[in-house]
Amino acid sequence: MASKRYALPDRKRCVSCGACAGECPRNALSIWRGCYAVVDKTACVGCGICQRTCPANCIVLIPREDPQ
Amino acid sequence: MKRNHGYSYLWIWPILYFLLGFFNILFAWLGMIDVLLPLILAVFGGNKGFCNHLCGRGQLFALLPKKLKCSRGLPAPRWMSSPGFRFGFLAFFLAMFSSIMYQTWRVFSGASSLREAVKLLWTFSVPWHWAYSAGTVPDWAAQFSFGFYSLMLSSALLGLIVMALYRPRTWCCFCPMGTMTQVICRAKAGHDLKS
Repeated sequence: MASKRYALPDRKRCVSCGACAGECPRNALSIWRGCYAVVDKTACVGCGICQRTCPANCIVLIPREDPQ
Repeated sequence: MKRNHGYSYLWIWPILYFLLGFFNILFAWLGMIDVLLPLILAVFGGNKGFCNHLCGRGQLFALLPKKLKCSRGLPAPRWMSSPGFRFGFLAFFLAMFSSIMYQTWRVFSGASSLREAVKLLWTFSVPWHWAYSAGTVPDWAAQFSFGFYSLMLSSALLGLIVMALYRPRTWCCFCPMGTMTQVICRAKAGHDLKS
C-alpha cells in the first residue's frame, strides 16, 4: 500500500546539492541534470528524512491524491 | 539500505588536505582539483556529480554531526539559499580568488615579496612559515599556495560554523562551486536559476 504522503522538492529553491538523495533510504530522490531534486513518487514512503536533511529547507511532504 | 560506495570515504580528503598544507603549504595546489573537477563535470557532463557524490567537504559536513552531534539541525534562514545571496557570495569568492591571482602576479613580477602567512576569514593573518622552505619552488608558486590555502581554510571554517548553527550541509546552500555548477547545468538544460 502506498504511503499517505510523499516528498516534493521545490525546484525553484533547490540548490541541487544532493544531500536529500544521499540520505534517502529508498533511493527515491535524484538530481535531474544538476538542476534540482526530483522524487520517484512510487518509491517514496514519506518518511521525511529528506525534508529534515535539505539544507535549503525546500522539501515538503504532501498528501497523495485519494486514489478513489 | 544505503549502499556504501567507494566514494563514500571522500570525507577524508579535506582533512588530509588541511593536514598536508599544515606541514607543506605547496600541497595547497591540490585544492585546485576541488575547483576544476566540478566545473569539468558540469561543462562536459551537464551534471553536479561532484556535489552529489564526490565532494569531500559535503560528506564531512554530513558525517560530523552524525558522529559528534555537533549540529543544531535547524533550518537555515531562507535568504541563505536565495539567488541574491548565492550570487553575491559567488562574486565575493571570485573577487577573493582574483586577489590571490593578483598577489601571485605581484610576486612573480617582483613588485612584492613572498608573505609566508595564512589569512583566516580574510581578516586574521596567521604565521605559517614552518610549512615552507624558501627557494623550494619559485616564490610566486608559494604565494599562490598560501593564498589558496587561506581561501580553502576560511571557507571550510564558514562551512563548519553554519553546519553547527543550522543543518549539516548548510554550506552547500551558498557554496560558490555549487552555485557555479548549477548555473552551468541549468544553462545546459535550458533552465534559468531564478525562474
